[in-house]
Amino acid sequence: MLKRALAIITLLIIGYWLAQGLAGVPFGEDRMLVAQYYLDHVKEQTGAVNTVTAVVVNYRGFDTLGEVTVLFIASTGVGALLWRKKRERTAKTEGSIVLTTGTRLLAPFIMLFGAYIFIHGHLTPGGGFPGGATIATAFLLLYMAFTVYEIPHKTFEKVEGAVGMAYVLVGLIGLAIGGYFLYDWIWQDWGFGVDNVGRLLSGGFIPVIYTIIGLKVGTELSGIIDNMLKEEVSE
Amino acid sequence: MISAYYFGAISLILIGLYAILVKKNVLKMLIGLSIMETGVNLLLVSVGYISGRSAPILSEGIGPNQAVDPIPQALVLTAIVIGVATTAMALSVAMIIYEKYGTLNVEEIRRLRG
Repeated sequence: MLKRALAIITLLIIGYWLAQGLAGVPFGEDRMLVAQYYLDHVKEQTGAVNTVTAVVVNYRGFDTLGEVTVLFIASTGVGALLWRKKRERTAKTEGSIVLTTGTRLLAPFIMLFGAYIFIHGHLTPGGGFPGGATIATAFLLLYMAFTVYEIPHKTFEKVEGAVGMAYVLVGLIGLAIGGYFLYDWIWQDWGFGVDNVGRLLSGGFIPVIYTIIGLKVGTELSGIIDNMLKEEVSE
Repeated sequence: MISAYYFGAISLILIGLYAILVKKNVLKMLIGLSIMETGVNLLLVSVGYISGRSAPILSEGIGPNQAVDPIPQALVLTAIVIGVATTAMALSVAMIIYEKYGTLNVEEIRRLRG
């Protein structure tokens, strides 16, 4: 009881302190400094319409490489923590008929929608991270509906490694052509899709990198799901 | 008076923190952590909001002066997926704790006691 009272008092102090701090940050006011620069120049500098994804992939692409690395380390950590000599799926009850039929019907479309999200990252809300998570949802559905289903491990491992290297490779090609890592040579040098801003074939290397990120996030989250749903079996 | 969005974000953060401080079950603490994360994301996005403006997608009718701040949104976009991955990692640690001690109560897990 005392512990709970102490916790509530601590929370009240922290809440008051947060509210005090935020009182100096009025809601809904224009405070943009560097963001205004991005908004003014995003179309001619990156060819993308969606400023958020232009910031994520183009202006701050190196940070995004770091985020992908964090994701990779988390998925490796799950794999290492749950590693056993022999692990199999031990679920005994098959999903209900609603779940199995619905999964059979919906899984391809969910994957298609995920691919749509990451390919159109420079035009519509979304991008590689939500698109990859959507693809992983389809695999989660398959795992829940069918007791024997497993992802194709070999393919997934190869795809995961290949797209991870592809991201660095895109950056290194930029380094060779333009002089700095992740230089957007498709837009700056080739001028690919200059008359096409706001349509699919534009945006420099944003769709390329977002395809890479989408595949990476999708395979990694599916790998996490696979690791967490399997259990050790004695030989 | 602070805005409703700030109030909601602070409330979510405090609810999550309460669960972390008071609950004894590791899974409940992780749920609290997730709630706290949602609160922080909401706080970041609402700091970037500008009244009367639209999403920062510069298509028809939305010019550079009619869009909200894109940077907090870019931050939150990646933070959500990273949050999912780190939550998965925390959950797998909880799975190992349960395998080893047969309980998720932090008071019964011997070596975690201060």
